Amino acid sequence: MIDRIDLNILEALYEDARTPPARIAQMMNLPVDAINERIAELERRKVIAGYPAMINWSAADQETVEALIEVRISPQRGEGFDAIAEQIYNFDEVHSCFLTSGAYDLTVLVRGRSVKEVGLFVSEKLSTLEHVLSTATHFVLKRYKDDGIILEGTRRDYRMAVSP
Amino acid sequence: MMKYDELLCKRVRDVPPSGIRKFFDVVADMPAAISLGVGEPDFTTPWAYNDAAIYSLRRGHTHYTSNWGMLSLRRAIASYLENRFGVSYDPTDEILVTVGASEGIDLSLRALIEPGDEVMVPDPAYVSYLPGITFAGGVCVPIPTYAEDDFRLTPERLRAAITPKTKALIFPYPNNPTGAVMRKEHVQAIADVLEGTNVLVIADEIYAELTYGNETHTAFASIPGMWERTITLNGFSKAFAMTGWRMGYACGPKEIVAVMCKIHQYTMLCAPTPGQYAALEALESGLANGFADVATMTRAYDRRRHLVIQGLEKAGLPCFEPNGAFYAFPNIKGTGMDSQTFCRKLLDEKQVACVPGDAFGSLGEGHIRMSYATSTIKILTALDRIREFVEEHGK
Repeated sequence: MIDRIDLNILEALYEDARTPPARIAQMMNLPVDAINERIAELERRKVIAGYPAMINWSAADQETVEALIEVRISPQRGEGFDAIAEQIYNFDEVHSCFLTSGAYDLTVLVRGRSVKEVGLFVSEKLSTLEHVLSTATHFVLKRYKDDGIILEGTRRDYRMAVSP
Repeated sequence: MMKYDELLCKRVRDVPPSGIRKFFDVVADMPAAISLGVGEPDFTTPWAYNDAAIYSLRRGHTHYTSNWGMLSLRRAIASYLENRFGVSYDPTDEILVTVGASEGIDLSLRALIEPGDEVMVPDPAYVSYLPGITFAGGVCVPIPTYAEDDFRLTPERLRAAITPKTKALIFPYPNNPTGAVMRKEHVQAIADVLEGTNVLVIADEIYAELTYGNETHTAFASIPGMWERTITLNGFSKAFAMTGWRMGYACGPKEIVAVMCKIHQYTMLCAPTPGQYAALEALESGLANGFADVATMTRAYDRRRHLVIQGLEKAGLPCFEPNGAFYAFPNIKGTGMDSQTFCRKLLDEKQVACVPGDAFGSLGEGHIRMSYATSTIKILTALDRIREFVEEHGK
């Protein structure tokens, strides 16, 4: 179970993953040891699954191409979608993989260095997998917002500096 | 040549200019300064509320509403107050939608005051009460509150302030600028003093959602026997991050609200229609999801609140623990400076803006108001600079 302290830790780290435990301890008015223990426990339970930075690769002048791929698959007896999903998400090219409701089954986010590279991955690796019925590839043209962070454009603080 | 002095109302001219306004003009020239002087949330209005207003415009809802506000909104307000604070109002004639809680303050005072009537106000308190009372022809009677009492209004001081001319008490908790809250037992003690008098309570509960730790808000009207003597003022600015929308409401016995509505109908006609749609969305989505946005926001304020309390301790500025709103109100007397000097020098030397406590009444002198409705990183930087500042000016 997640209690109020855990929830506060998660929110503080979600706001800024670099927030040191000592500061979270200050924010919660608790000893730092208690915070460290809780973070370790949250990591162990995979509630906190990692601490990657949110990088805007297109601003870093790196050649990256992303595509969202809709994948229709036939579920396997006894395994459902999980076994085939695993075969797909194990590829390093796959950055996200979701099982979704609707007209297709998996939504796969693939990242590569060029359109050609992504295209080859889809045609040679993904669509040739057994149980994959069809794919539809949508190349990402612009990443406006990802996981709550606005990457294209900014949100300014329009407040007056002093107000009653 | 026009003689403006003879034209303009003396009572209005005599109200001194706002202490905050003076300071604002100075800060406005220093865009790089970190401001802890802001009296509004740093969160922007959740987009779904904006979208509801935009959609209402698209559908052509650009007309007047009832003077009272849309019935659907008044019904949602009634559910909200019942659901969150256990007070009941009839949406047909006990709830008036206003242009911010500020209009509610003005309407309450104008509905009550005959020339010379007295209205009691805790000191320090929000800047609008004294001018509002004066504009209405009344006399403001400050009731001192002190850090030793956690800036609560005490029954003894209230009793001492009541005279035959007393019409009302303004009861603004959680408090701006001090961050004080009144727990149920404290509110009950105030109610006990008022029981049997003909004094009305104007409960400005705009910060009701923002209480921390184990504190919860006690609505004045929820105390048995107090509903009949209470005007409850609230709004969407703080809890729903909608300051610029200017959406508020006033609730009370229908005899009182009808008189307030008479002033409202001839001066304001109705609150802006798009804002009413945005407010409706805020309440309807909140009622559906248990006000999850408000809870997330309150937790974020609470984390920053602890940083501020500890930062002030490190800086050597005594501060009682503020349990509501989003302000801390530390004591700066140890530096030997008055609040205007402290804030002015802090701004010049460290580029940090706070609001001098004297802007909120004579008992605010010796304090500064620091808002923690700003990002964690700015709060931490500002606290470091304040610590340096106090060290450099230490005695």
